[in-house]
Amino acid sequence: MRRAALMLALAMLTTSAVAVDSGQRFQDPAEQARYERLIRDLRCLVCRSESIADSNATLAADLRREVESQIRAGHTDAEIYKFMTERYGDFVLMQPPVVPRTWLLWSAPALFLAGGLVVVLVVVRRRARVAASDPAALDEEPDRP
Amino acid sequence: MKLPLRFLIPALAFAVLVGFFVVGLHRDPGEIPSPLIGKAAPAFSLESLGDPGWKVGSADFQGRPWVLNVWATWCVGCREEHAAMLEIARENRVPIMGLNWRDDRALALRWLSQLGNPYVSVAFDPEGHVAIDWGVYGAPETFLIDAGGRVVRKRIGPMTPAIWARDFAPLLPPRTAVP
Repeated sequence: MRRAALMLALAMLTTSAVAVDSGQRFQDPAEQARYERLIRDLRCLVCRSESIADSNATLAADLRREVESQIRAGHTDAEIYKFMTERYGDFVLMQPPVVPRTWLLWSAPALFLAGGLVVVLVVVRRRARVAASDPAALDEEPDRP
Repeated sequence: MKLPLRFLIPALAFAVLVGFFVVGLHRDPGEIPSPLIGKAAPAFSLESLGDPGWKVGSADFQGRPWVLNVWATWCVGCREEHAAMLEIARENRVPIMGLNWRDDRALALRWLSQLGNPYVSVAFDPEGHVAIDWGVYGAPETFLIDAGGRVVRKRIGPMTPAIWARDFAPLLPPRTAVP
């Protein structure tokens, strides 16, 4: 029990990695939350797999400053995303948009699932047929060299 | 012995995979296609690196092609490509404007006096505002803007004479006949 409590306390001490200056920027908690969500959605193009919220690169700091000033200027989320994609392309978005070019990407999980189901169905049917005609064949199969 | 057709399926799948790899091998993952290609070059006006009282910008080249080269003294690739830039400038076919990105003015001026200056003018962008408008994410970057003010080519990474000759030079108007 004490060990569990200690583990829990230690777990609460950890925080996820964030860039040095990506902390509090806005007084209003709603605006701060919006700022944090936006910088988490935008990719740091120098570091590729990090959002601009996580990166310490100079470019990420510049883009955070840009997001901050656009929020202050009253721009909508859509306007900020548009500003970024017009300059850096869709790659700047951490989540690829659903456009014809990415249909295959977005439907891949469903396609793989469907493919797997087809394979399962074929195997089950075949084995059912074999079992019906010659039940002994099923038992022999695993021992085949 | 005749194999059933379904044995070909893994082989085909493997061939498709190899196809993807072959294409992927010849692509540079460091290059993200710029959405700026074919669009109007973002307008800007900045302090000149050499003279803070002087403004330089995209309007300086109206009606003729020009090159924008993003560089900084902290950028290793910029030093690497500097000789190529000097050579392109010596060709005298197209003016090159420098965009000094997030740099120190004194260091940048010393760089130019030591290594040579390929630029007709250098815009000073210490806070990277103009660089953001141009979608710059890693210096050196080189843009070619046509006479109509559209960005027609972009190179991310050090310029070389070979890349210049292959990707940039053919887009310039034909050289005027020398008498």
